[in-house]
Amino acid sequence: MAKKKVVHYLNQFFAGIGGEEKADMPPELREGVIGPGMALNTALGEEAEIVATIVCGDSYFNENPEISKQKILEMIKPFEPDLFLAGPAFNAGRYGVACATVAWLVQEELKIPALTGMYIENPGADLFRKAVYIVETGNSAATMRKAVPGMVSLAKKLLHGEPIGLPAEEGYIPRGIRRNVFKEERGSRRAVNMLLAKLKGDDYQTEYAMPDFDRVPPADAVGDLSHLKIALVTSGGIVPKTNPDRVESSSASKFGKYSIEGVEDLTAEEYETAHGGYDPVYANEDPDRVMPLDVLRDMEREGIIGHIHEFFYSTVGNGTSVGNSRAFGIRIGKELREAGVDAVLLTST
Amino acid sequence: MVKEIERFGLPVVHVCTVVPISMTVGANRIVPAVAIPHPFGNPALDVKEEKALRRKLVEKAMKALQTEIETQTVIE
Repeated sequence: MAKKKVVHYLNQFFAGIGGEEKADMPPELREGVIGPGMALNTALGEEAEIVATIVCGDSYFNENPEISKQKILEMIKPFEPDLFLAGPAFNAGRYGVACATVAWLVQEELKIPALTGMYIENPGADLFRKAVYIVETGNSAATMRKAVPGMVSLAKKLLHGEPIGLPAEEGYIPRGIRRNVFKEERGSRRAVNMLLAKLKGDDYQTEYAMPDFDRVPPADAVGDLSHLKIALVTSGGIVPKTNPDRVESSSASKFGKYSIEGVEDLTAEEYETAHGGYDPVYANEDPDRVMPLDVLRDMEREGIIGHIHEFFYSTVGNGTSVGNSRAFGIRIGKELREAGVDAVLLTST
Repeated sequence: MVKEIERFGLPVVHVCTVVPISMTVGANRIVPAVAIPHPFGNPALDVKEEKALRRKLVEKAMKALQTEIETQTVIE
């Protein structure tokens, strides 16, 4: 029997082309297997092989989603693959969004089963978990060896058209799909058993997890800006030169708070970015490109904006956990409120 | 961060390039930026043009803060 055909998607980094300086490369088609594709290909064994790899820069994909999607589909189509694999992306945000978007696209447009893998907090998972199979992986590439078998075992089932089991059994992120099944015990008994287990403090598994809609209602709009105090916050890692607080370049555990009293312009001599998740050349050349203080000062002088808050807050949004980000937001929000700030400009890269 | 700051009743405008990520993190007022490594700039322009571009984007962001919204909104 002929081996089934798989097409694989990678970013510039995992394809071995380059780091952030190559993140703006448009999609490219490579014959055969590259990088993590080797391990996936080996694990697929006799049944299937990766016949081609699509490589695309993470920034390019996210800045030009429509053209990227179209090009990538055109590259995949002629291979008529039996399966499409993307990643795994671990906790790389732009890469995760790209993997999940492309997997979804292939599944919808080409009607080919598709699969990707990433860390649960990757924004790509949040966006597409309901639409595609996303195997849950660790948060860094150090867990590649664990990620590969999980992806391949689900991949094989998809290749064979076998029924896919529950998320916990198969290792994918729950999609919210509900299927009718027969149970020995009727619903009322199961519910009472669950309640008893809960009262005893034992483990139990709900049959219907309530969705977590953690949304904050929009705060009221502000009126005339000329009387208001505006604060600057960024996840783009802008810090005074030498990064005095040592805000980490990824997986940040802290944020910095810096006075900008009397600072008219963020210059390359005084400021830089600590962020390790994008090409820092442009931000280091002119940090206003990430946090537009020069323009805000002009507007303050012209009387359009009342006041720029004396401090700005900065962290690095690069694989930083949701838990840390939440804690930073709470502390920053509290301080801004107490300082009498009226509105916030938060910039992200 | 956006969401937790807004929880204190402060309107936050999130200027970023990858709008879908901003949606998933729960920002309410979202203004799309220029590019990932230079959201408020474009190194291909000369200094004056680049600053004008930045000014326009900041004005857009300030306008977003003055816009009443009911739910997550991308304000172009």
